Amino acid sequence: MAKIVTQDLKLWYGNFQALKSVNASFEAQMITAIIGPSGCGKSTLLRVLNRMNDLTEGVRTEGQVLVDGNNILGDGADLVTLRKKVGMVFQRPNPFPLSIYENIAFGERIHTGRVKRDVMDEIVERGLKSVLLWDELKDKLKSSAMSLSLEQKQRLCIARLIAVKPDVLLMDEPCSTLDPQATARIEELMYELKRDYTIIIVTHSMQQAARISDDTGFMLLGELVEFGKTKDIFTAPKDKRTEDYITGRYG
Amino acid sequence: MRKIKELIIEKLILLCGLAAIFFVVLIFLFLLKEGLAVFKMVSPSDFMFGKSWYPISEPPKLGILPLIMGSLVVTFGAAVISIPIGVGCAVYIAEIAPGKIKEVLKAGIELLAAIPSVVLGFIGMVTLVPLVKNVWHLPTGLTALSGSIMLAFMAMPTIVSIAEDALYSVPKNYKEGAFALGATHWQTIWRVLLPAASSGILAAVMLGIGRVIGETMAVMMITGNAAVIPQSILVPVRTLTATVAAEMGEAVVGSEHYFALFAIGIVLFIISFIINVTADLFLHRKQ
Repeated sequence: MAKIVTQDLKLWYGNFQALKSVNASFEAQMITAIIGPSGCGKSTLLRVLNRMNDLTEGVRTEGQVLVDGNNILGDGADLVTLRKKVGMVFQRPNPFPLSIYENIAFGERIHTGRVKRDVMDEIVERGLKSVLLWDELKDKLKSSAMSLSLEQKQRLCIARLIAVKPDVLLMDEPCSTLDPQATARIEELMYELKRDYTIIIVTHSMQQAARISDDTGFMLLGELVEFGKTKDIFTAPKDKRTEDYITGRYG
Repeated sequence: MRKIKELIIEKLILLCGLAAIFFVVLIFLFLLKEGLAVFKMVSPSDFMFGKSWYPISEPPKLGILPLIMGSLVVTFGAAVISIPIGVGCAVYIAEIAPGKIKEVLKAGIELLAAIPSVVLGFIGMVTLVPLVKNVWHLPTGLTALSGSIMLAFMAMPTIVSIAEDALYSVPKNYKEGAFALGATHWQTIWRVLLPAASSGILAAVMLGIGRVIGETMAVMMITGNAAVIPQSILVPVRTLTATVAAEMGEAVVGSEHYFALFAIGIVLFIISFIINVTADLFLHRKQ
């Protein structure tokens, strides 16, 4: 079942057209990877899906993005509800300069107001367990999240997002600052999370896309060149440009 | 030849740097030399905690507690007024205001900083003082409150510009992170940006307060200059700075009064020093 569908989606930064009529359909409970060389618009596409592009000045969109069948573009969209449903993990881990506990508690605090202490404790514990950080961090929940390693920070950011109970996790090159072992562990985590969430990941690494994704989209110069099952894209690409990219002719 | 030129310039610049320190030390030593002499005549605790300041009675009473209290009351009042407004203004400029309004506001704040304190003083005298008098039905409008309000105007530019810098230097990805969790703009400001900028904002507040404590002219004109321990914010008070400014001209050189005024200078110097060091600590804790 398609969770998010884009229809004839076009986007401009000022006069520069960054997305050219993108038609894609992201399936629920699957991992969809978006690959392509730098500047091809893959991050832009991801950031349209929860309207993070609104923070950039001079952005203009056309077309439709349907999340559960509702168009989220246009002035009428409720951005708070949208972003609660479609959350994002960033390239550089960005925990808040608060304690580990408060980072996880953040979502609950902003969405439900006053929360009882023991309820919050449970939410934090569940959050940290879901990203396998609980055993490492349970004794130092009060220390600053800034003291963690990069991998721990990124896990914390994922836990912080999951605590909001989104449906969709958008991941913008979540492993690009991590070493290979940490990357492997985060990928494992994504595989776990796939059961409950729709995951869309932008990655510059074709190997990563091939390892973890069910569907893959290949983008070039703002155009979604090819979109389909990952194994088809990597074994029998239909478009010449896709073939050139995955065989390493450019990128 | 070029090398010699370099060398001379280098040494000249070094001299400029050293001169700054040299003058500070010189001023401090002079203050100490003149000020400490008062303690031959009155004990430090009688000086600091004495309740009456009658420097020209016989024998003179040199207790500066009323003056310290006067300074504290005025400063506290100014802080209560200027901190929320100043920080609010900084948040508005850094986060909310659209481009044009932002420029206008920033220029306005700079202009506020450029008003000479004597001008603020006489504007306060003809507008604020009668207002305070009428609103609270007081015998005189020359009160600590009037001083606090006027000084709040002087502290605000400092607070706004430094707090605004602190907010700008919060990494953009904190904001994105909060938005991506569905936080509203206000929740993001209150729960993420302000805590992240807190050390810079505290420094801004300390520097603003430092400016208020050291201010002389405006307070001398509108606080009434009565050297009594204030029981409320609606009575005339006299601050440390105003005392020195008002009495230095008439104090006989070498008299107890003269030395006592220098000792007040030492007290002020120490207060400012503590405030500046605290602000510095907050600023550097950030890095």
